[in-house]
Amino acid sequence: MARTSQPALLSSADVARIIDRIAHQLIERAATVRPGSDGLADLVLVGIPTRGAPLARRLAARIEAFSGVTVDVGTVDITLYRDDLRLRGVRALESTLLPDGGIDGRLVVLVDDVLFSGRSVRAALDALRDLGRPQAVQLAVLVDRGHRELPIRADYVGKNVPTSRAQQVRVHLAETDGVDEVVVEEPGERQEVSIAARPASEERSDRGADQGGRA
Amino acid sequence: MKRHLLEAADLDRDDATLVLDTAAQIEQALAGREVKKLPTLRGRTVVNLFYEDSTRTRISFELAAKRLSADVINFSAKGSSVSKGESLKDTALTLEAMGADGVVVRHSASGAPHRLANWVRGSVVNAGDGTHEHPTQALLDAYTIRHRLGRLEGVRVTIVGDVLHSRVARSNVRLLHTLGAEVTLVAPPTLLPVGVGAWPAEVGYDLDAVLPKSDVVMMLRVQAERMNASFFPSAREYSRRYGLDARRMGALPDDAIVMHPGPMNRGMEIAAEVADSVRSTIVEQVANGVSTRMAVLYLLLGGAPQ
Repeated sequence: MARTSQPALLSSADVARIIDRIAHQLIERAATVRPGSDGLADLVLVGIPTRGAPLARRLAARIEAFSGVTVDVGTVDITLYRDDLRLRGVRALESTLLPDGGIDGRLVVLVDDVLFSGRSVRAALDALRDLGRPQAVQLAVLVDRGHRELPIRADYVGKNVPTSRAQQVRVHLAETDGVDEVVVEEPGERQEVSIAARPASEERSDRGADQGGRA
Repeated sequence: MKRHLLEAADLDRDDATLVLDTAAQIEQALAGREVKKLPTLRGRTVVNLFYEDSTRTRISFELAAKRLSADVINFSAKGSSVSKGESLKDTALTLEAMGADGVVVRHSASGAPHRLANWVRGSVVNAGDGTHEHPTQALLDAYTIRHRLGRLEGVRVTIVGDVLHSRVARSNVRLLHTLGAEVTLVAPPTLLPVGVGAWPAEVGYDLDAVLPKSDVVMMLRVQAERMNASFFPSAREYSRRYGLDARRMGALPDDAIVMHPGPMNRGMEIAAEVADSVRSTIVEQVANGVSTRMAVLYLLLGGAPQ
C-alpha cells in the first residue's frame, strides 16, 4: 500500500487542527465584517461531494462548538456542470441539498478537499448561480496542491502542498474512508494502489485531485 | 449502460437502479429552484422522431432534453417527408447527416427502433414501438413506485387490462422483475398474448381475487385504435369485470397505490373518483417522467461519444 512507503502528509490530528483553525478564521471573519452583530447567521457552508460534504459538516460542528452558533450546511453536486463529462464519461450523481431559505443574499463558503486545476470550483460556481444569488462566495479547501488552470484561489487553505502534476493527492476522511489522512502518491504507486483491494468508491477519492484535464 | 435504450431488458439491475438514483438526484437538485436548467448536454442535438401520435411522451422527452440544455428537433410523421413516402432508413440517414447525438423514436411498428439503431451513430431511445416496448414508461413507473412505497424489492404489482397490445405492460413486467418486484397480470383471456406463460409474471383472470394482495395496481388503457377484433363483448362488460371503481379500490391494502400510464378512459378501465383519489399517482407519473427521461438522456448522451 502506498501509505506504508510514503508517510502521510497530514495525520488525523493534523486534519482536526486544520478544521479547528478554519472554523476560527470563519468566526473571526464574521466578527470583522459585522462587528457587534452575528455575522455567522449569514454563513452557509456548502460542501462539494464526495469529500467536501463531510468537511463542511465538520466545520459547522466546530464553529458551533467554539461560538455556540448553529451554521447552515448544504451540498452541491457538480457532476452535471462539469466540463470533462465528454472526456471522462458519465458518473453517478450525488445529492444537492441546500438549507431551507436558500442561499440568496448569504455568504456561501464552498468546501472541498483538494484544490488543483480549479475546474471543480468553476463547476460549483456555475451550479450556485443557478441555485440563487449569494451575497458573496468564498472557498475553503483542506489541501491546495497548485497547478491551477483557471483564475481561482482559495480564501481558507488547510495546507499548501507543492506537488508535481504526476503525483496524486488522496484525502481520506473517516466518514467516507474510515480514517482521516492525506497522502501524496508518486505516479508509480498509483497503479499498485488501484490494483490492491480498495473499495470501489476509492476511484472517486481523487476527484478533487484529478481535475488536471489529463485524459 | 448500453449505448441504446431499446427495451427494458437492455437494463440490468445495476443500470436500472442507476437510472432511478440519477433521476432522484436530478429531481432533488432541481426542486424549488428558479432556473430549472442544467448545462450538461449543451451542444448536443436530440431528435424526437414520432411516427405515432403522442402528447405526454413527446413533451416529456422534449422538456427533459431542454432542461439538460440539448438542442431539440421535433419530427412528426405528419407534415414531414414521411407523408411523401420517405422510408424510415432514408429519414434516419438524413438525421445522421444532420448530426443527431440522440434519437428518441416512437413508431407503430414493433422493432423499428432496433432497425434504426443500426443506421445511426447516436443513441436511440425507444419511446414506444408498436405493441412491443416502452422502456422509459417502465422506468418512470418503477421510479414512482419506489418514491411512494420506498422500495421495489418484493412489491406486489398487479397490471390490469389489455396486456396483448400494451408495450407499457411488456416493459413493466421485464423491468419490475429485474428490480425484484412480483408482477401479476390480470386480463380477459382474449387480451393476453400467446406465450405469456413464459413471462416472469403470474397470470390471473379475477381482479377481485388479486386486489387484496396488491401493493400497486397499474391500469392499462383499453386501446380503442387497436380493438380490431371482438376481444370482449361490450365496453360495459369489460368495465364491470376489469374496471377499477371505488368499491374495488376499497379492497386494496391501506397504503396501496393506483397507477395509469395515460391517456385514461375515465369510466372504462378506471372510474373518475379512483383516478382523482389520493391513491392515484397519475399526475405524479407525468412529473416523474421528466426526471427519469433526463436521467436516461444524461446517462446515454452525457459521456464520451462512442
